[in-house]
Amino acid sequence: MDATAEQKYNLGVVRWFAVMSIVYLVVGASVGVYIASELAWPVLNFDTSYITFGRLRPLHTNAVIFAFGGCTLMATAFYSVQRTCGVRLWSDKLAWFTFWGWNLIIVSAVITLPLGLTQGKEYAELEWPIDIAIAIVWVSYTFNFVMTIATRKSSHIYVSNWFFLSMMIMITYLHVVNSLAIPVGMFSSYSIFSGVQDAMIQWWWGHNAVGFYLTAGFLGIMYYFVPKQANRPVFSYRLSVVHFWALSFGYVWLGAHHLQYTALPDWTGSLGAAISLAMIIPSWGGAINGMMTLSGAWDKLRTDYVLRFLIMSLAFYAMSTFEGPVMSIKTVNALSHYTDWTVGHVHSGALGWVAMVGCGALYHLITKCFHTEMYSTRLINIHFWCFTIGTVVYIVAMWVSGIMQGLMWRAYDEYGTLVYTFAESVEAMHPYYAMRAIGGAIFLTGAAIMLFNVLMTVRKATSEGSVQQAQAAAAGA
Amino acid sequence: MANNVKPKSFQEWCEVNIWALILATGIVVSIGGIVEIVPLFTIKDTMEHNAAPEILWQREEGESLQDWKAGDGIRPYTALELAGRKVYLREGCYLCHSQMIRPFRDEKDRYGHYSLASESMYDHPFQWGSKRTGPDLARVGGKYSDDWQRKHLRAPRTLVPESVMPNYPWLQHEMLDGETVQAHMSGMQTVGVPYTDADIAEGAAVVEGKTSEDALVAFLQVLGTMAKLDENKAYRE
Repeated sequence: MDATAEQKYNLGVVRWFAVMSIVYLVVGASVGVYIASELAWPVLNFDTSYITFGRLRPLHTNAVIFAFGGCTLMATAFYSVQRTCGVRLWSDKLAWFTFWGWNLIIVSAVITLPLGLTQGKEYAELEWPIDIAIAIVWVSYTFNFVMTIATRKSSHIYVSNWFFLSMMIMITYLHVVNSLAIPVGMFSSYSIFSGVQDAMIQWWWGHNAVGFYLTAGFLGIMYYFVPKQANRPVFSYRLSVVHFWALSFGYVWLGAHHLQYTALPDWTGSLGAAISLAMIIPSWGGAINGMMTLSGAWDKLRTDYVLRFLIMSLAFYAMSTFEGPVMSIKTVNALSHYTDWTVGHVHSGALGWVAMVGCGALYHLITKCFHTEMYSTRLINIHFWCFTIGTVVYIVAMWVSGIMQGLMWRAYDEYGTLVYTFAESVEAMHPYYAMRAIGGAIFLTGAAIMLFNVLMTVRKATSEGSVQQAQAAAAGA
Repeated sequence: MANNVKPKSFQEWCEVNIWALILATGIVVSIGGIVEIVPLFTIKDTMEHNAAPEILWQREEGESLQDWKAGDGIRPYTALELAGRKVYLREGCYLCHSQMIRPFRDEKDRYGHYSLASESMYDHPFQWGSKRTGPDLARVGGKYSDDWQRKHLRAPRTLVPESVMPNYPWLQHEMLDGETVQAHMSGMQTVGVPYTDADIAEGAAVVEGKTSEDALVAFLQVLGTMAKLDENKAYRE
């Protein structure tokens, strides 16, 4: 079996993407914990430009979204598309180009962002030469994926591949439009859009980086790995069809809810908010479809730690896709916008959903691709609890601080004057910023345990020679 | 192979034909963006200066950017302010400070008149921000003296003990380069900001001998001061 898989599929590139994504998870989360600590204890900026909050924060977001998220999407999409189509990747060379290209982009981000080379657009900070490289490598990934499906042995295209494909198309589209800029020298450029139009385009990108990159793509992961790990078919085919089209159509509209009550015309913000509310339905459709796949086999959660990751991630997914629409309601948004509540919401999605489902899928994939069991099941369990507890501590801290900020900023006394100065609201945040840093540190501990466990598994696989044996058997066959 | 299956429905057609799936998905994901973004370029009400042209600086032939006085109206940034804006972006100020005042009573009392779309029409890219770890800066111009701003940039906690802002002591030692500033003004001109060739020509002299700190302070001091807004006028519905 191992030999057949090793011969038939390109597992080498999957192994590399999988290991690198865990390395980047640890890096990205470490930077996150550091900048969280800077907000609690500003002395940690050390008067050094390269490590100030303003320069490291884009490094944190880029590392977790594009380095960890990207490598995870590439590992899982390249793995599952081969398994579901019953064929090898269309081109091995192109797959390795994607691997080296993507990692070079990550290295260039790690160098340029602390140097302050930025376009100044949130979640799209990288300068124009890197943006061009991203477009090329991303298209190479998409093209290889599409051509693998085009040469498939199976009659129908499996549902996980719809979601991966939708994500690849939309990200290409968003990245190209949002990054349109006129270069001024090698490391600087001006966006061709300005003011209100740029704001809308930026959040069209920003929310769909969440909606497609971190949701549709990771739902692709969910649709392959949850049924595989549970060894049961997807709960409802019909639900997955409705869920797919509704999500692809609906998510695109949501960016406008980031700009309510701003200088963006009211019609745009209200439209974004209305569709945001409606998005509860397809989002929960997906969460239910994933969770109910376990129906009749719930006892597996007692023994299967990888399945725990997958199911807990769906619980967080359901929670944050409920919270999001609530926050887009105008009266709630008036309070929550500009506060830490938004930061908490992002992290309930990023830590609870994206990282959980990603790590669950990676554990599954690593055992399959290295043809061995994980080094330690106990450590997987410890990792699981670190992630769960760390995420909860983080989001509770941000709920309290966010709502408190919102209420302090709008508080009036009986004489009709503002009760608090801005500085007083900053001071009140200190305990919650400290608590957030601790939550993040617990989460980071989990990620570090995973990295250790995976590296030990790779070492185990090397000493057992399981990969070599599979390759040798494949060559001999 | 896929070709052997006769699709019975549109859905099945998409499931057996990858190109059909790509086409259908491509159309479905395009609609929302087109409906929300394209009208912002075409509907005139989006920009307040179409109904209230007095908020733009009515520049006379041959006038320099240096002839503008506070309140004369919205104009492109001077060479020094533009260099300051570049520092603002470089240091990631937008990650903790918004530049977008919403039309609420408390924001009016705290920050001033709500922000207009026209006020950021020369901002490539926009700097509205999404988070207020620190206060909004859309109308910070003129609120504090230049001296206060410098001290605050170098060591914020000497003036505001509760602050969590990093110190920026290196800005005062960085000299601006005239040619770079001119290149940036040309770049802005290319994307549609109405700089005259004379503005760009004098740009180098304007920043001569100035530091990054001078530039950033000049940028902060102009924020929100360009247009004089009428409290009793509804610029937006």
